[in-house]
Amino acid sequence: MNKVSKSPWLLHYDASSCNGCDIEVLDCLTPKYDIERFGIINTGDPFQADILLITGGVNSQTESVVKQIYSQMPEPKVVVAVGICACTGGVFKECYNIKGGIDTVIPVDVYVPGCAARPEAIIDGVVKALSILDAKQAAMSKDGR
Amino acid sequence: MAKRSIVPFGPQHPVLPEPVHLDLVLEDETVVQAVPSIGYIHRGLEKLVDKRDFKQYTYIAERICGICSCGHGLGYCMAVEEVMGIEVPERANYLRAIWVEMSRIHSHLLWLGLLADAMGFESLFMESWRLREKILDMFDETAGGRIIHSVNQVGGVQKDMDATMLNHLLEAVKDIESDIKPVVNTFLQDYTVQSRLKGAGVLKKDDAVTLGAVGPMLRASGVEYDVRMLGYGAYKDLTVAPITSTDGDCYGRCEVRLKELFQSFDLIREAIGKIPSGDINVPVKGNPNGEYFMRIEQPRGEAIYYVKGNGTKYLDRFRLRTPTTSNIPPMVEILKGCQLADVPILILTIDPCVSCTER
Amino acid sequence: MEYKNEIRKITAAEFFPAVVHMKTENWRLVQICATCIEGGYEMSYSFCLRYDMVTLRLEVAEDEEVASITQIYPCAFIQENEAEELFGVKIKTIKPDYKDKLYRIDVETPFKKKE
Repeated sequence: MNKVSKSPWLLHYDASSCNGCDIEVLDCLTPKYDIERFGIINTGDPFQADILLITGGVNSQTESVVKQIYSQMPEPKVVVAVGICACTGGVFKECYNIKGGIDTVIPVDVYVPGCAARPEAIIDGVVKALSILDAKQAAMSKDGR
Repeated sequence: MAKRSIVPFGPQHPVLPEPVHLDLVLEDETVVQAVPSIGYIHRGLEKLVDKRDFKQYTYIAERICGICSCGHGLGYCMAVEEVMGIEVPERANYLRAIWVEMSRIHSHLLWLGLLADAMGFESLFMESWRLREKILDMFDETAGGRIIHSVNQVGGVQKDMDATMLNHLLEAVKDIESDIKPVVNTFLQDYTVQSRLKGAGVLKKDDAVTLGAVGPMLRASGVEYDVRMLGYGAYKDLTVAPITSTDGDCYGRCEVRLKELFQSFDLIREAIGKIPSGDINVPVKGNPNGEYFMRIEQPRGEAIYYVKGNGTKYLDRFRLRTPTTSNIPPMVEILKGCQLADVPILILTIDPCVSCTER
Repeated sequence: MEYKNEIRKITAAEFFPAVVHMKTENWRLVQICATCIEGGYEMSYSFCLRYDMVTLRLEVAEDEEVASITQIYPCAFIQENEAEELFGVKIKTIKPDYKDKLYRIDVETPFKKKE
């Protein structure tokens, strides 16, 4: 990919992670990794977000929050599961209060593995999410939406 | 008659990296009561001792929280070692102390950045996190991971630091120490920062003790209490003194954490100067049988690890009382009577770590 | 370690006076832990004064009620609610009582030993 077709806005939510991936997501926004150079901004508002970064497995309490945030985001939207807990449940999989990965609740487009996921991997995941976002946008305009 | 209203705060909130929910009862703009509700990240990790044996559980203990990871691994291992009567090699003790002090620096710099972010002081946030990267690079070099290091094991540490690594670490500490001066000046001298922090959320000395505050929260109210004074591990040979402040407000808590950064720089230098050579771990035979309450000083305060073994390789009970659990009652107390606009800063000054609290 | 770190066993009758005594001597409440044992629970209440730590150990039967210490140490509420919700220890008059809704989990008393 040579060119970014859009400057997407990110929304980050911690479903039930250990914090490790969350601080790495925040790290991506700070001077060393700086994903703002791609025009990407972290927003706190689901109504303005294009990409949802979720960390941690889902439990019964965060399930409704995750679903609500997802439904509030406008189409087209892409979900990136950051860290192995968000992908499959990871080390917490056998805990009584963990349902499993994020894909048990909402559809996930990009999986970023790692415990904790490294900022380079997260940036790569976001860049992959961008091309999926483009494809979804193209499909939508084809449908005349 | 002031108008009463209830404002929900969280779980997804721009100032919070983690979900926690508060119901704020307001009279006009003033908070009269705050009711915390937690449980968004409760995973039930203490229960996993049934499924993982006591050596494997070290990895789970490290993943209780990503920020305090190193300390949790250490606290758990030390509690098990205490039950089993294992004598850890001196070099391992020093390596543990170095890693834990590094994680204190990383945690405090992270907190300073979040505080600046909560005030809307973006450039200060970026600057604090830029400095923090140097420590993360050192973690990467010495332990092979930026956030989760997996250095501790029952009986010692898994990895050794060679002379090159120790030299790099000394250089990194020197760099951070010289670069951090303007950041410290801004936090302590800047007019805008002072007007947000001074006099906000005052916790009196007596209240701090009664409500069970720990760590920088307790020390900022003038109580000299730092668990490192117990002299566990290498701390018996290192110079530690509790750092206190007298005002008990947000400014005091910020001051305590800034000074602790410099204390950690000194401790790392002292530990590197004194580190003996030798083995880094001892073989572990048998299974834990007995119980012990281990206390260690985490960046956020005193954490208590309780281990109860029954002679099999699966523990009967592991319990962790985290610093944030103890700091929630004082937080609720200081929220009473504050302005709604100050709520984010007051929550942040206890340095909440929700994944620790809920486990 | 030269500092005190001991566990004192006490009976249900001695429990409340002992906690009041701790309070009058200015001990800080640092920790409450419930553990499942045969036929009931083991409650450990740890207190610190300076760097000394004392743990009061109370054994309760499964359906026995324990008095809440929140009227002496208000900061105990989180940990008492936790013991009640996760272990099913019957603690009465916690203030504020979350009525098993602190963590709002689906499983009922996950730590309790099941037959």
